[in-house]
Amino acid sequence: MSKDAHMRNIEGYRIARVISRIVIALVLALVAASILVPMFWTVGISLKSSSEALKDLSNPIPKGLHFENYLSVFKTIPFLRYFLNTIGISAACCAGTLITSSMAAYAFARLKFPGRDVLFLVYLGTLMVPRQVTLIPNFILFRVAGLIDSPLALILTGIFTAYGTFLLRQFFLGIPRELEEAGIIDGFGYGRRFTQIILPLSKPALTTLFIVTLLNIWNEYLYALVFINSDSKRTLTLGLAILRGDFDVQWNLVMAATLLAVLPLLIAYFFLQRFFVEGIALSGIKG
Amino acid sequence: MKRSRSLAQKREVAAAFVFLAPNLIGFLALTAIPVLASFVLSFFDWKLLAPPHFIGLANFKELFSDPLFWKSTVNTAFFVFVKVPLTVIIALVLAIILNRKMLGRDLFRTILFLPVICSSVSVALIWQPLFDQSSGLLNQILHFFGSKGLPWLTSTFWAMPSVIGVAIWKEVGYVMVIFIAGLQGISKTYYEAARVDGANAFQEFFKITLPLISPTTFFVLVTSIIGAFQVFDLTSVLTQGGPGNATNTLVMYIFQSAFRNFRMGYASAMAMALFLLILALTVVQNQSSKRWVQE
Repeated sequence: MSKDAHMRNIEGYRIARVISRIVIALVLALVAASILVPMFWTVGISLKSSSEALKDLSNPIPKGLHFENYLSVFKTIPFLRYFLNTIGISAACCAGTLITSSMAAYAFARLKFPGRDVLFLVYLGTLMVPRQVTLIPNFILFRVAGLIDSPLALILTGIFTAYGTFLLRQFFLGIPRELEEAGIIDGFGYGRRFTQIILPLSKPALTTLFIVTLLNIWNEYLYALVFINSDSKRTLTLGLAILRGDFDVQWNLVMAATLLAVLPLLIAYFFLQRFFVEGIALSGIKG
Repeated sequence: MKRSRSLAQKREVAAAFVFLAPNLIGFLALTAIPVLASFVLSFFDWKLLAPPHFIGLANFKELFSDPLFWKSTVNTAFFVFVKVPLTVIIALVLAIILNRKMLGRDLFRTILFLPVICSSVSVALIWQPLFDQSSGLLNQILHFFGSKGLPWLTSTFWAMPSVIGVAIWKEVGYVMVIFIAGLQGISKTYYEAARVDGANAFQEFFKITLPLISPTTFFVLVTSIIGAFQVFDLTSVLTQGGPGNATNTLVMYIFQSAFRNFRMGYASAMAMALFLLILALTVVQNQSSKRWVQE
């Protein structure tokens, strides 16, 4: 290759690189805008007066800043009640899932008992079963047990997921046995080996399960729709859907309520971003 | 062979039982047995208030001649087979872009992940005003380019694509994060070797990235398809299944049959049909994976 052609080649390569950078920047800007613009609109509409929100949704900039919409949400519907219900159910589900799944996962990963592999296959098999298959028998069971319209129905159906046991078992299997044998020498029983050796080493997997459970339960809609009837037992998602279902929708209030409903997770996300993202990344752990 | 187990073994079994029991009891009562119960229920006619009676395959026969069941199945399949591939492709492209060191990388990742933490219900509510035919943002953009605008949620043709668009918007960040984790597991030496051999960016993508990320792609495809078949929240808030059942999905129809019409047996039969569909697709993917997934 002549020196000239070589120079042209380098030149071409440089131009191609600049163009590809510009294209990438444009794509990213477009993607970011597609996410931020709808959110900006939501904030704008939430601050409009009721009459303005009724007439015009085209302009996201409100004529006046009606922060009182956020208070109205709490006055027009028992939004605080919904909030507390969702917080309570989420907390119970997260605690219940973490405790029972990690215990079961320890048995599957480390202890020998008859029928272990078959039982684990049953757990694994149900991962593929859509939740709607179990929803109807669950409804019938809770109806007999008098748990319809009780937060317990949402808590119980939220705790015993095969996913949690599966995820933690895979993680526990990766912890070297030698670490536990050190515990045996120290005279640890199964309980102390589990709580003092396995659990402290499993923080990433436990964080993942916590975040996945929190997101699922906080955002749950179908089960709440099926199991909850009375207004005082409603969760945030139910309350939002019902606010939206009104005949003449007050979009300013709907948007304010929507923002309020996602706010706690949003705040948690901004402060614990690393845990959220790493947790979700690990949720795709391979079997 | 020893007849009785040693004390240590007995202890281990007892410990296993204690560790397992809390989860196992709940799992059996609320997941494993209900799966069987749902199967049994699908052979019964049960209006909830009257006692159930066995009707054999009548529910399934009715399903096959129920136009709304077929409509919901076709709608759901359309949703799955458009949404999942698009989400995976967009997420993979974004993951590759955001896996490199660049200015503002963390900010972009943060922004892309925002919709993931929102519930489908709130995402539907956020988008609803933007779809408004007269004053919504989307049609204003179209007006700007001289178009009359589209009946996003009110036409039988556009309603499902609109829902799919929102579904992709919500999930791309999630799939991207999983892909980034997968990309970080690929050893840099492959790319260094390729560069020495003079490979260009396209060759790098098709010969290195795509094959080595294939286990992640497989995982994402399987779980996304299972999840997408269960679409309910978005369609029920955004379009209530309308217009004219154009966005009615299988899970919405199961919900209506079971909890609005109280036809427990019929709804169970439909849930079984949904399960078989998912099972068949998962088996097919698992079989075909031997050809394209690298171990």
